[in-house]
Amino acid sequence: MLDFRSVTKRFGSVTAVDRVTFSVPTGQMLGIIGRSGAGKSTLLKMTNRLSAPSNGEISWDGRSVSALKGRDLLAWRAECAMIFQQFNLVPRLDVLTNVMLGRLNGMGTVKSLFKLFSEADRRAALVALDRLDIAQTALQQAGTLSGGQQQRVAIARALVQQPKIILADEPIASLDPLNAKLVMDALKRINREEGITVISNLHTLDTARQYCERIVGMSQGAVVFEGGPDDLTTDAARAIYGAGEEFDEAATSTSIDGRPSPEAPAEPARETPKVVGL
Amino acid sequence: MSTTIDHLEKAFSDAERKRRLYTALFLGATVFVMAGGFTIAEDMNSGGFIDGLSQFLDYPSDIVVESFEEGWTWWPMLLEFAPALIETINMAAVGTILGGVFALVLAFCSTRGLGVWPPLVPICRRMMDGARAFPELILALFLIFILGASPVPAIIAVAFHTAGALGKLFSEVNENIDRGPLEGLTATGATWFQRMRFGVLPQVLPNYTSYLLLRFEINIRASAILGFVGAGGIGAELRKAIGWSQGAETAALFMLLFAAIVAIDQASSYLRRRVTGDAAFQTA
Repeated sequence: MLDFRSVTKRFGSVTAVDRVTFSVPTGQMLGIIGRSGAGKSTLLKMTNRLSAPSNGEISWDGRSVSALKGRDLLAWRAECAMIFQQFNLVPRLDVLTNVMLGRLNGMGTVKSLFKLFSEADRRAALVALDRLDIAQTALQQAGTLSGGQQQRVAIARALVQQPKIILADEPIASLDPLNAKLVMDALKRINREEGITVISNLHTLDTARQYCERIVGMSQGAVVFEGGPDDLTTDAARAIYGAGEEFDEAATSTSIDGRPSPEAPAEPARETPKVVGL
Repeated sequence: MSTTIDHLEKAFSDAERKRRLYTALFLGATVFVMAGGFTIAEDMNSGGFIDGLSQFLDYPSDIVVESFEEGWTWWPMLLEFAPALIETINMAAVGTILGGVFALVLAFCSTRGLGVWPPLVPICRRMMDGARAFPELILALFLIFILGASPVPAIIAVAFHTAGALGKLFSEVNENIDRGPLEGLTATGATWFQRMRFGVLPQVLPNYTSYLLLRFEINIRASAILGFVGAGGIGAELRKAIGWSQGAETAALFMLLFAAIVAIDQASSYLRRRVTGDAAFQTA
């Protein structure tokens, strides 16, 4: 179980995350929604310990991880894998090496200098790529792949870390709907088959409803909503996003079938065409 | 209303007149300094600038004429001087590699935002400034005085200067990297060294290679000059040839140097393409 207790992050006078308290049971798939700047990314980065909380405590199975240092800190990052909106692969290295980079933790300096990954590392990386249906790209340079493929490489890299948690920071925000679905399906499958806890920041509400067992809404650094997919009604979403009647999630929906989800109230058909920003 | 406009127009033309006056004064001063400096220099020189101008092309033409008079026996000279060229290239290569290694270390220690101990950044920068401040020639003269005339002082001098010059270029390359891969690697639990190895090095290697080869080319020229002051190699031969007015030999030596620079330039672009990989030409 991952526990956030009064977790706070301040940058100068700005409070990015404000006394966040909630817990995530092991094996849950959790979605975090909220406007840009609501503190979602900061919260995930503190969980992986890319940054440290200013106050409060994050703990995993009763062990505090918010004050780890040195080797323990690196080991925790390996246990708590993270994927990013911009994939953050090394574009000039081939896909297989990129995935094997997930095994760097605990590997000696000399071995890493000469890229001496073990037979087992290579095997694990290929198996992970195969699970995500992109084993055929293993020898290509990562930078030449499409966004959707790169994000799946990033998930493969997370998998070879043999993590307990996978954090996904807007994993589908720069992908087209089809690739978004592939990536979310992959995360869901990993969550179900391996029992890995998945916490994902999301921009699209229908994605959150469709894939997550539980949804947390954040606004101005604080948790303002917590509930199941059914609890996330249009009114609840309007409250999280601080929006009025003009808020219409169908306009930003990226789901393939065009319907936000069966739970969402049906929107009356409109005659006026919507302007869709490119 | 019109009085305001008249007033503004007057103010503007006053300012304009003042600006033109300053420009004229500045131009006058420049001409005066140039003319004054030239007459002083002309008085102090043993020869005259104007007289010398007509002889400007005499020396190069002498060299060419003497080379032609040499006829077919000019060509074997290229072979004869080849060992001296190889010695010079050797000095430059050892100096470049040694300096390059130091430059690499200094560059990583002097780049902000890579997670090095912050006070180390200005320290390493000042060290590189120091290494660049000494011209190779002065350093080599000093070292030859201590260590005696041999290629070793030249190599040390070249390496020292290279560490400073390349270190600065390398660290500028480091500053312009995409930080995404670094963040990704940090998130996997990689150590600082591993992050540099996989997050930074693959990104900067093509630029490093091209800067290193450019520096190698510069260092060949520097090593040739150091030969003049006793470090051996093609510089020593050039000094002899020029000193004894052996035009044909001088031409052969210049030819060799030119060929060496061209060869390195070609190798450089080939190597850079190899390191960059085909991907750089495929992706938009």
